[in-house]
Amino acid sequence: MAATTETVEQVRAVTEQKYKYGFTTDIESDVAPKGLNEDTVRFISAKKEEPEWLLEWRLKAFRVWQEMEEPRHWAKLSYPPIDYQDAHYYAAPKTKDRPKSLDEVDPELLKTYEKLGIPLREQEILAGVEGAEGKSPAIAVDAVFDSVSVATTFKAKLEEMGIIFCSISEAVHKCPELVQKYLGSIVPYTDNFYATLNCAVFTDGSFVYIPKGVRCPMELSTYFRINQANTGQFERTLIIADEGSYVSYLEGCTAPQRDENQLHAAVVELVALDDAQIKYSTVQNWYPGNAEGVGGIYNFVTKRGACRGRNSKISWTQVETGSAITWKYPSCILQGDNSVGEFYSVAITNNFQQADTGTKMIHIGKNTRSTIVSKGISAGRAQQTYRGLVKILPKAEGARNHTQCDSLLIGDQCGAHTVPYIENRNRTARVEHEATTAKISEDQLFYCRQRGLSEEDAVSLIVNGFCKEVLKELPMEFAVEAQKLVGISLEGSVG
Amino acid sequence: MIEIKNLHASVDGKEILKGIDLTINPGEVHAIMGPNGSGKSTLSYVLAGRDGYEITEGSVSFLGKDLLEMEPEERAAAGLFLAFQYPVEIPGVANTTFLKSALNAIRKKRGEPELDAMQFLKLVREKTKALSMTDEMLKRAVNVGFSGGEKKRNETLQMAVLQPKFAILDETDSGLDIDALKIVAEGVNALRSPERSMLVITHYQRLLDYIVPDHVHVLAFGKIQRSGGKELALELEKNGYAEFGVNEAA
Repeated sequence: MAATTETVEQVRAVTEQKYKYGFTTDIESDVAPKGLNEDTVRFISAKKEEPEWLLEWRLKAFRVWQEMEEPRHWAKLSYPPIDYQDAHYYAAPKTKDRPKSLDEVDPELLKTYEKLGIPLREQEILAGVEGAEGKSPAIAVDAVFDSVSVATTFKAKLEEMGIIFCSISEAVHKCPELVQKYLGSIVPYTDNFYATLNCAVFTDGSFVYIPKGVRCPMELSTYFRINQANTGQFERTLIIADEGSYVSYLEGCTAPQRDENQLHAAVVELVALDDAQIKYSTVQNWYPGNAEGVGGIYNFVTKRGACRGRNSKISWTQVETGSAITWKYPSCILQGDNSVGEFYSVAITNNFQQADTGTKMIHIGKNTRSTIVSKGISAGRAQQTYRGLVKILPKAEGARNHTQCDSLLIGDQCGAHTVPYIENRNRTARVEHEATTAKISEDQLFYCRQRGLSEEDAVSLIVNGFCKEVLKELPMEFAVEAQKLVGISLEGSVG
Repeated sequence: MIEIKNLHASVDGKEILKGIDLTINPGEVHAIMGPNGSGKSTLSYVLAGRDGYEITEGSVSFLGKDLLEMEPEERAAAGLFLAFQYPVEIPGVANTTFLKSALNAIRKKRGEPELDAMQFLKLVREKTKALSMTDEMLKRAVNVGFSGGEKKRNETLQMAVLQPKFAILDETDSGLDIDALKIVAEGVNALRSPERSMLVITHYQRLLDYIVPDHVHVLAFGKIQRSGGKELALELEKNGYAEFGVNEAA
């Protein structure tokens, strides 16, 4: 059999069960009626018992959004029109009151998180930590189920240090001045179609504040899960690193297998003040759809970080293996002098997945530096585009950027595209762009197999080698998980 | 160990191997010598199971099993090893990671327990020393930036770690200076044992000064033209392949 025919058949053989997070949880939900209008926005805001200013802000966003056009012309993505009226904009597991502790959380929900391997039970983590003090840092988790945050672990321990880590709905009540000051200050409510929609209907997400001079002692992590059918998920994350502080944050996501496409439009805003550092890592594993391209999450996400302070640093690391469609450009606005922006990305698309992803590095301050390393792997009939902007403004004396975009193709029916935009308005700036495209060679596969590795293990090994520069940027605990995910995502992609 | 009978193989419809008969018993080292294009590398690839070769006739039995029915990785697990003429580069994958994955994959297929990091490191350190390789070479990506000599030593290291029953050495001498050749040959000789067989494929007699074979075969035009003892290699060195109708003006 010719290698290409075989590839197609093997890709076909990749069925839904390969996605091991495809279960649904049977929980009674409190769901907003289908459709989107001002009442929906008011409904959500009322559910959250939000202050007036936030409702006003949401409504302003909604009115702007109604005038906006979906950005369908520039991204290399093709999908049928989305009916924004045919979805629920709020779904929450039904509880009489907000759970006060984990014991009050629906046991079904806890079981779901157990299946996902998320350590929600603080006791367990604490027990594990005591023995391994100083060795493996613990992870504080905020879990978001459909629209609401159900539990945040380690809150008390973090509070001792002045760190605030909670759901954003909680933060609105707990520290309204911080939320009001920074919410929408990096991604304004007029920013873009999906972000503006998010402003109007965002339901929950995580909030982090690290006070001056504090180094957050553990990884902070949020797990997002879409469970309810016909629900969009619109979470909003805001992380503020005050002067001289440091935080490492990880985001993971899964969803059940469904035949219809579900919309996920999140916004993440990061602010780093003088000498502060934020490391934001994502392992995105939303349901990608089946081998025929049916179902899967539409992932339209706006992520942006502002290096407001001098010597501040924001680093995005992403491993994108899921979603039917990914539209995502985590960016850095390098305002502070000597600030640093980094973007490390691995994107894997298989079967009929499409991804248009990259970054924007906006150099405003003097001696600002940015590094972009993007590794794209395409298999099956997938189409993948790296789209990146490097913009040097006139005052960014001595700015530097280095971009490296590598694409790896598996099989002969997929595509990889690189679209770099470079705008330089300062003579002293230096911008470098390198790009390569390669295929997994038959020589490499045969060499590995001759040494005893199965074809799939060989592909996984070669691809992990290809992504190494990026994977090593992930926190240790997640690097192993990500390596496995790389292998799983490409199962059946080689013939 | 291995019994090749009337083996015919083609690439893109062109017949390269035209009826090879060869039997190698446990502990024996056979050398196949032949001019360029005689089918030497094709034979090694066909035995290792590379895609793209069509077997039109004949059979190969390896330790009592039908070799031609097996996938390349099954052949490796059964104990067949091919030292490549041009070892392949795998960027980003550390030499140790590669070797450990390979060894454990083979052990798993054989139903043996996998080695943990410590056990593996101990084993591999032992083997590296014997080949005068450094720890630094183990950390580097597989064959990336290796000199010709380093690549061949790396192949020998893999062979020493994987402990095959039957090893094919495809033009192991190509690209080696005399010192590197000696080190590699020593490594190979250290692996000679009454249970292990080898097939040494080479164009020149030089390698056979260091890895002394029990039998020598001359391959030309896709067939074994003549077989003999090690003295046959010396004779070829003197007279060239002319008597087999090959005109090599080298």
